[in-house]
Amino acid sequence: MKLLNKSLRYLLISLFFIIGIWSVIFYFRLLNEIKGSVDEGLENYKRQIVHLAQKDTNILRQHSFEEGFYAIKEIDSNYAFSFRDIYVDTLMYMQDNDDENMELEPVRQLTTAFERNGKYYKLTIINSMVEEDDLVQDLIWEAVGLYLVLILSIAFINNFVLQKLWEPFYLLLEKLKNFQLGKSEIPVVPTNVKEFEDLQIALKSLLINSNQTLEKQKEFIGNASHELQTPLAIAIHKLELILEKNKLDNEQAEQIAEILNIIERLTKLNKSLLLLTKIENNQFINNEDLILNDTFKQCLDEYEELLEYKNIQVELIENSELKLNIDPALAQIIASNLIKNAIVHNVENGILKIEFKDQQLIVSNSGKKVALDGTKIFDRFQKSNQEQGGSGLGLAILKAICNIYGYQVSYNFKNELHNFEITFR
Amino acid sequence: MKILIIEDELRLLQTLTESLAKEKYIIETASDFNTAMDKIGIYDYDCILLDIMLPGGSGLDILKELKRQEKSQNVIIISAKDSIDDKVAGLELGADDYLTKPFHTAELNARIKAVLRRKNLDGKNSIEIGNVELDLLNRELKVNNENVALNRKEFDILNYFLLNKNRLITKSALAERVWGDHIDQADNFDFIYYQIKNLRKKLQQANAHIEIEAVYGVGYKLVEK
Repeated sequence: MKLLNKSLRYLLISLFFIIGIWSVIFYFRLLNEIKGSVDEGLENYKRQIVHLAQKDTNILRQHSFEEGFYAIKEIDSNYAFSFRDIYVDTLMYMQDNDDENMELEPVRQLTTAFERNGKYYKLTIINSMVEEDDLVQDLIWEAVGLYLVLILSIAFINNFVLQKLWEPFYLLLEKLKNFQLGKSEIPVVPTNVKEFEDLQIALKSLLINSNQTLEKQKEFIGNASHELQTPLAIAIHKLELILEKNKLDNEQAEQIAEILNIIERLTKLNKSLLLLTKIENNQFINNEDLILNDTFKQCLDEYEELLEYKNIQVELIENSELKLNIDPALAQIIASNLIKNAIVHNVENGILKIEFKDQQLIVSNSGKKVALDGTKIFDRFQKSNQEQGGSGLGLAILKAICNIYGYQVSYNFKNELHNFEITFR
Repeated sequence: MKILIIEDELRLLQTLTESLAKEKYIIETASDFNTAMDKIGIYDYDCILLDIMLPGGSGLDILKELKRQEKSQNVIIISAKDSIDDKVAGLELGADDYLTKPFHTAELNARIKAVLRRKNLDGKNSIEIGNVELDLLNRELKVNNENVALNRKEFDILNYFLLNKNRLITKSALAERVWGDHIDQADNFDFIYYQIKNLRKKLQQANAHIEIEAVYGVGYKLVEK
């Protein structure tokens, strides 16, 4: 979820409650205020009516509300003396101008008592009140309106502010996405925001550190290879010289040849390990757009004689063109390791099937009629048998390449064929 | 033919000298940066084998110096570093070839010959031994001026043998040539044997005056009959 949406979500939820609670409080305060002012009006009427009643006895004859907004009733003195002004909310049949028939409408009613010429009267005055349900409805609509306006304006402002304020952050992020250790410059984005400055400083020291580590590692690999390769070279040359001198009997020569083979295996092992380390250290990435189908076809071409020799039938099924952005040297290693693997572990008169599907490649070969352990097959030094003299690193190298590009590689055994699948998504 | 070997590892220097001496080259050696600089300043060489990591300086600086003196042709870098950057830098500075240690004697020999042939190319791009002529440009084999059909691998193998006449080529050196410079998952020596068998048959049928001999079961050797 984007930062913008996330902050908006929190605001949305909190504003909902804030406005909700605020509306309830506002409603009660408003109602209170209205009642207060209606009560003041009623109090006013009371004074007027009591005042008028002193002069005009007609008023005293109004016993019900039918003609007006007040009613007067005579009461006894005891009752009158215990009387206090009472304000109540009540309902009364009335016809407002927006009603078709008489309806129960809320009214505010003041009941009081007064004295005139020694007689006591109860006075009831009413005043129509605001209809609470109307008020609530209006208020809810107002609150919803306010909520929407707030959210829209906050979204707008937030968007603008985020884009403006966070611009250095997004710039930095973009640069980091394209960052490659040991290749790219350390990203710098101009900003005067303290947090972003701190972020850049932290990032810079981290990247410098990583760069140094990578450099050291490269140097180590270079040195290690130098230290190992040179003695190996000397041993190979010395043994070749001895063999060339032609002064050995057969048994001695065979033993020397054996040593030579062992040293050569060591050499290959060393080279493979170096390659694997290099791939895992991302020291290869000079990506280019290429079509993997072509790489495989070239590779098949290279092994044409060997395929013929083992009489392996090659089946090339091209259902799609696999366009990849990959280092060409690594693409070649993928092709040659898969094809070589399929040739070496194949049987005479066997099958090699290469199938290009949409974003998928399947290399299948006949061979031993038993499934291999799919969980271990891509590990280092996993060999089906010793006699092939392979380094046991071919598939581990394949897996390492797939890892750096995010391809999925898997193995299965179906219809007596060993299948290696790479999915390029 | 005068060859200078610049290599700091003395034992390697010694075996290389011994091995190349068989090709009747005049060989001089330098085992550090300053000696090497002195020698290239004074003498001219037909071919220089150059190690990159040297005590006292980098082989790349020697290349620069050679380039400045306009002598940079015919340098083969022999380095333990199989680094693409170094390879590119070396070739850009005018080196002719780049060989990663460890290498087979036969491979070095073939590379030196290739470099020398390029230098002394008298309008001719073929190797001739006895009645055999290998046309490198058209990739054709002629025995007594008659074409002998070879497949690609057979041609490569024969070419390798002709460059290493009378020298032992081990099976693994051949395998490396034939399989290419990839990391080997397996060297199928049977395949090599099969190719050699075919090649021998073809040479015999064409009455070629060369022969591929097996040496102890370790490798092969091409000799003139």
